[in-house]
Amino acid sequence: MLELRLHGRGGQGTVVASKILADAVVMAGKYVQAFPEYGVERRGAPVVAFVRIDDKSINLRSKIYNPDHLLVLDPTLIESINVTEGLKEQGIILINSEKDPSSFNFDGNFKVMTVDATKIAISHRLGSKASPIVNTAILGGVIRALSIASLDNLVEAIKNGVPVKVEENIAAAKEAYESLKGGN
Amino acid sequence: MFKPGKKINFNSAKDLPPTPASVGDMTHNFTGSWRNLRPIIDYEKCIDCMICWKFCPEPAIFIEKERPKIDYYFCKGCGICVTECPVKCIAFEEEGK
Amino acid sequence: MKKVLMGNHAISIGATLSRVQVIAAYPITPQTQVVEKLSEIVANGELDAEFIKVESEHSAMAASIGAAAAGARAFTATSAQGLLLMHEVLHWASRARLPIVMANINRALAPGWTIWTDQNDSLSQRDTGWIQLYASDNQEVLDSLIIAYKVAEQLSLPVMVILDAFVLSHTYEPVEVPEQSEVDKFLPPFNPEWKLDVNNPHAFGGLTAPNIYMEFQYNHHNAMLKAKELINKEGEAFGKIFGRTYGNIDKYKTDDADYILLTSGTLARTSNIVVDSYREKGIKLGNLRVRTFRPFPTEEIYDALKKAKKVFVVDRNLSYGHSGIFFEETKASLYNSDLDIPIFGFVTGLGGRDVTPELITEIVEHGIKSEKPENDVIWMGVQK
Repeated sequence: MLELRLHGRGGQGTVVASKILADAVVMAGKYVQAFPEYGVERRGAPVVAFVRIDDKSINLRSKIYNPDHLLVLDPTLIESINVTEGLKEQGIILINSEKDPSSFNFDGNFKVMTVDATKIAISHRLGSKASPIVNTAILGGVIRALSIASLDNLVEAIKNGVPVKVEENIAAAKEAYESLKGGN
Repeated sequence: MFKPGKKINFNSAKDLPPTPASVGDMTHNFTGSWRNLRPIIDYEKCIDCMICWKFCPEPAIFIEKERPKIDYYFCKGCGICVTECPVKCIAFEEEGK
Repeated sequence: MKKVLMGNHAISIGATLSRVQVIAAYPITPQTQVVEKLSEIVANGELDAEFIKVESEHSAMAASIGAAAAGARAFTATSAQGLLLMHEVLHWASRARLPIVMANINRALAPGWTIWTDQNDSLSQRDTGWIQLYASDNQEVLDSLIIAYKVAEQLSLPVMVILDAFVLSHTYEPVEVPEQSEVDKFLPPFNPEWKLDVNNPHAFGGLTAPNIYMEFQYNHHNAMLKAKELINKEGEAFGKIFGRTYGNIDKYKTDDADYILLTSGTLARTSNIVVDSYREKGIKLGNLRVRTFRPFPTEEIYDALKKAKKVFVVDRNLSYGHSGIFFEETKASLYNSDLDIPIFGFVTGLGGRDVTPELITEIVEHGIKSEKPENDVIWMGVQK
C-alpha cells in the first residue's frame, strides 16, 4: 500500500488533483481512495488531500498519518506549516518550485524533487498569473516520480477530470513529466 | 342531484389497503346530517349573482338552469352563503321545524 | 464501466439509474453534492424527472410524499439536522406506505456545530417505520439505492440508504457503474395499485378510528418483517446480474470465530483488517457487519453469533443514559434466546473521531481480557 499526502492552498485544485490522480491510478489497474482533509475549505488557506493506492481492494478507512510521499503544490507552505509531519523515511517530497532540489533542506532522510508547475501552468494559460492552476502540471511530475500510472493514464484522467482547457492541461502535464528535477 | 359513492367497510387487517384510504369518492358521506340550521334561498329576491356558489366551502351549492341551488345532502349549514349574499335572500331556518 | 466516484455522486448516479421521476430537495447546508449533481443531470436532459427545490427538509419529504402518492418514483437526500427537521413527515411517509428512497449522509448533530460523521441522526429515526441500510463503500452505496427501490416498491415501505460523512461521501474510489439496460431489467417501472388518480379517486390518510388503526400498524410491522427476507432475496437477485451480492448482514470470518466484532458503516471495513491481523496471530476473531438496522435481522445475528464466546459491539452513536444503539438492539434481541455470552458495548468515533485499526485493536484487547463488560458503555478513544 502506498499513501500520499498533497499540500496546497484553497482554490489551487488540490482536491481535484487527488481525484485526477486516483482516476489515472485506477486506469493503471490499481485500487485507490482519494479524499480531502475532512473539514471546511477556504480560498488561500492550507488544504490537504490524501491518496491511498493498493493492488487489492482497500478496507482501511481511517485517515493517513504516515504518508509514504508528499506533494507540495505551493512552496510557500513549507515556510508556514510543517509539511513533513509524519512522513516516512526515504519519502519523496515533490515540490512545485523553479529551484533545484538541492536548495531544500528538510529535517529527515527524504528525497526532494521539483517541477516548475507554476511556470508551466502560466505558459499554458491555466488560471491567472497571480493564481495559476498548477494541479495538472504537478501531476505530470508525480507520475514520473512515483511510477504509479502511465502518462497515457494521466492524459485520459485529465480528459475526464477537468471541465475546461483540456488540451492545455494535458500539455502542461506532459511538460512537467519531461522536466522533473531530482527524479531517476 | 347526487350520485352515491361506494362505501366499503374493512373488518380485518387482511382487507386493508396499504394505508388508510377511502375507496371511490366521498359521496356516500352525507354531511347534510350535521346541519341544525337550513339555509333557504328566496328566489323572488335572488339576483343570480352566484356569490353563494363561489363561497360555499363544501361545495354544496350548484347551478341548475342558471340559478343557484343548495344540495341538502351535503350542506353542513355553516351559514357562509347567508352572510355573503349581497341581497340577503338566503335565510336560516331551524331543522325539523 | 468503472468510474472514480465520491459517495455523494455514487448516490446521484444510483438515483439516475433507478430512473427516479421526482427529486425534491433542500439545496443548502446540510445538503451535499448529491442533489447538486442530480440537478445537473436533470438540467442536461439525461434524466426525465421533476427537480423541486424546496424551502426546508420538512418540505422536501412532504413533496416526496405527494409525488409518491401520485404514483411517481420519488427521491430525496439529506443529512444531520436536515433529517431531524424531516422527522414528523418521515412517520407520514412510512404510515402512508409510500416507497420513497432517501439517502442520508451520517453526520453528527449540533451543538457543537459539526459536519463530521456519526450515526445519531439516522438512529434517531429508528421508530419512524423506515427501512435503514448502512453502506460500507461507494459501490455498495450505488447498488443499495437500486435495490432499495426494488424492495420498497414491493412492500410499500420507504428506505433510507445511509453512508458515513466524508469517509464515503467525500472520498473518491473506483465504482463499477452498471449499464442502464441491465438496471432496467432488474428494476421495473413503478406502478402502484393505490395512487392518486382523477379517474379512480381515493382520499388518503383520512380519520382512522380505533376500530381499525391498530390493523394498519399490524400490517406495517409485518411488511417490515417481510423486508428481512426480501432484502436478502433482492440482494441475491442483484448479484446474479451484476456480480455483487448484498444482504442484511455481512459476515467476515465469523463461522469459526471465538470473538466477534459487531460493526456497521465504514468502520466495519477497517475492522476486517484487524480480524486478519488477529488471525495471523492464531486468535479466532471475526467481524459481523450489520447492514440492515431496520428491520433488525435478529435471526441472522443469532446464527452468526451462536458459536462465539464473546461479542464486541462497536457503536459510532450513543443513546444518552443507556448505551450504544447497535449494542442495545443486539443485546435486547438475544435476551430471550439460549445464547448466554458476554456482549460488550464500545462507543467510539463520535463526531468524526477517526477509527483506526489501532483503536479497534484496543477494543478487541479490552474485550478479550475482561471477563464481563464493566459497564453498558465502554468509551474508547475519549480523553477522560
